[in-house]
Amino acid sequence: MLRAIAGLRRPDRGRIALGERVWFDSAAKLDLPPERRSVGLVFQEYALFPHMTVRANVGFGGEARVDELLERLRISHLAGERPGGLSGGERQRVALARALARDPDVLLLDEPLAALDAHTRTVVRGELQDVLAELALPALIVTHDFGDAAALADRIGVIADGHLRQQGTAAELVAHPADAFVAAFTGGNLLPGRGDGGVEVRLDAGGVVRATQPASGRVGVAVYPWEVEVALDAPADGVNGLPGAVHGLAPEGGRVRLRIGDVVLERPAEEIERLDLRTGTPAWAVFPPEAVRIVALE
Amino acid sequence: MRHGAFTAFLALITGITLAFLAIPIVALFTQVPLRDVPDLLGQPVVQDALAVTVRTNLIANALILAFGTPAAWFIARRAFPGRALVVTLVELPLVLPPAVAGIGLLAAVGTGGLFGSALRDAGIQLPFTEAAVVLAVAFVASPFYIRQAIAAFEAVDPTLTDAARTLGAGPGRTFWRVGLPLAAGGLLAGWVLAFARGVGEFGATIIFAGNVRGQTQTLTLTIYEQLESNLDVALAIGVLLVILSGGVLLSYKILSTWRRSSSTSPSAFARTSSASA
Repeated sequence: MLRAIAGLRRPDRGRIALGERVWFDSAAKLDLPPERRSVGLVFQEYALFPHMTVRANVGFGGEARVDELLERLRISHLAGERPGGLSGGERQRVALARALARDPDVLLLDEPLAALDAHTRTVVRGELQDVLAELALPALIVTHDFGDAAALADRIGVIADGHLRQQGTAAELVAHPADAFVAAFTGGNLLPGRGDGGVEVRLDAGGVVRATQPASGRVGVAVYPWEVEVALDAPADGVNGLPGAVHGLAPEGGRVRLRIGDVVLERPAEEIERLDLRTGTPAWAVFPPEAVRIVALE
Repeated sequence: MRHGAFTAFLALITGITLAFLAIPIVALFTQVPLRDVPDLLGQPVVQDALAVTVRTNLIANALILAFGTPAAWFIARRAFPGRALVVTLVELPLVLPPAVAGIGLLAAVGTGGLFGSALRDAGIQLPFTEAAVVLAVAFVASPFYIRQAIAAFEAVDPTLTDAARTLGAGPGRTFWRVGLPLAAGGLLAGWVLAFARGVGEFGATIIFAGNVRGQTQTLTLTIYEQLESNLDVALAIGVLLVILSGGVLLSYKILSTWRRSSSTSPSAFARTSSASA
């Protein structure tokens, strides 16, 4: 999609415009070449010119702002280096500076964090967040990671199988996932089941879940890990509880991700310790009807 | 024990092969007194041939670079119907016997040839002139360059040229600033081979350009002519060309190693050169 916007790939049909300026219009047979579209594209593998120094790379699109950009992205000390010797995070900053040097009207980032290892990724994500916040520039980011999208974007569009499934802020997507794909993509548990027009859904795997909205036919119950609690005994009436054995314990910082039966949940580490949860411990995944979203299953 | 015997057998075969390849070169240097070589090369007939060779090869190589480079870029970067056929056509002169190349050129632009009358009407006479030497050299040598140039340009990561375009560079600037510098090592290696082939040109030249001293007689043609009249001169030219060829080969090797160690990302350069060298 970003390549089509940048003019590197010709879409079969449609129209691409930024504000008043039309870049592509299949009906009007209009197709501006990439160099005449005011875009700053940051490639997934950064595509830095290996035969040029960092300064020459940044200056390729325009000389005027080179020093300012080197300064701003904290790569001034690398100005004389070749890209070959840079770390992933440094390369990304150079690619970003190079894309900005042309003074584009829109910034396009193709999987900006995919080329980085997990550790660098968190750091670079934070840096990228700061830079994007500073720039008064619309940016379009393509990512397969909801965490990245939520951290970097104001608005998120979820595209699957070539179709735009839902658009909104990260909070909106989580609060009201439009379909099963969005629910799963945003990190939710998706439990398939069947509703009979009431507020209860009979799960395929056994058990009944109560929601606040009616459901009928084949539906998915979406529950987010951070809205599920853990209990050793069956919960009181009116609260959903699904029994299962604890497994897949994975500590992440002060929290632990674990599974109870089919349900993924996230709890503070000290709670896991207090309840003495280990692999195989029988427990209940507990969540109120308000935490349940009903989504259509395709 | 059988293993050892086989190794010895292989070593023997290798020795015979190496001797076969080396003996003529060594013989060249032993048959002519080396201190006489400068004098022999100073003879007017050699000087004339040297001048013709240098002039014609300079022009031919300039033409090869000027036409071959853009053509190779075009062929390498585009998918079009009949591309494989075009590449094969470019490579055809590589396998064509030089004599066939000569007669082909004669058939094309000689008197009574395909374009013979048109050229005569325009007052242009090509066969048996210095221009004919240039054409013969360009014809047989250019495929060495173009072939390697196509491979070198193909090895340039298309993402890099895409990046150049999105940074505001038109197709021309993208070629000069990104395509050409990144392929430079491969282009140079290809040119070295083309140059060597051009200097050694004999068959096409003698048929298409003749053997006229001071006009079309190159160093290789002089060897042929001097065989009967003055063998020492022929041998001396041989020594000169061996030294030149050795230098060319050496620079090609050094270039390949240097490209391998200095290129940062495109390791494809090295693969390309070893595959087609």
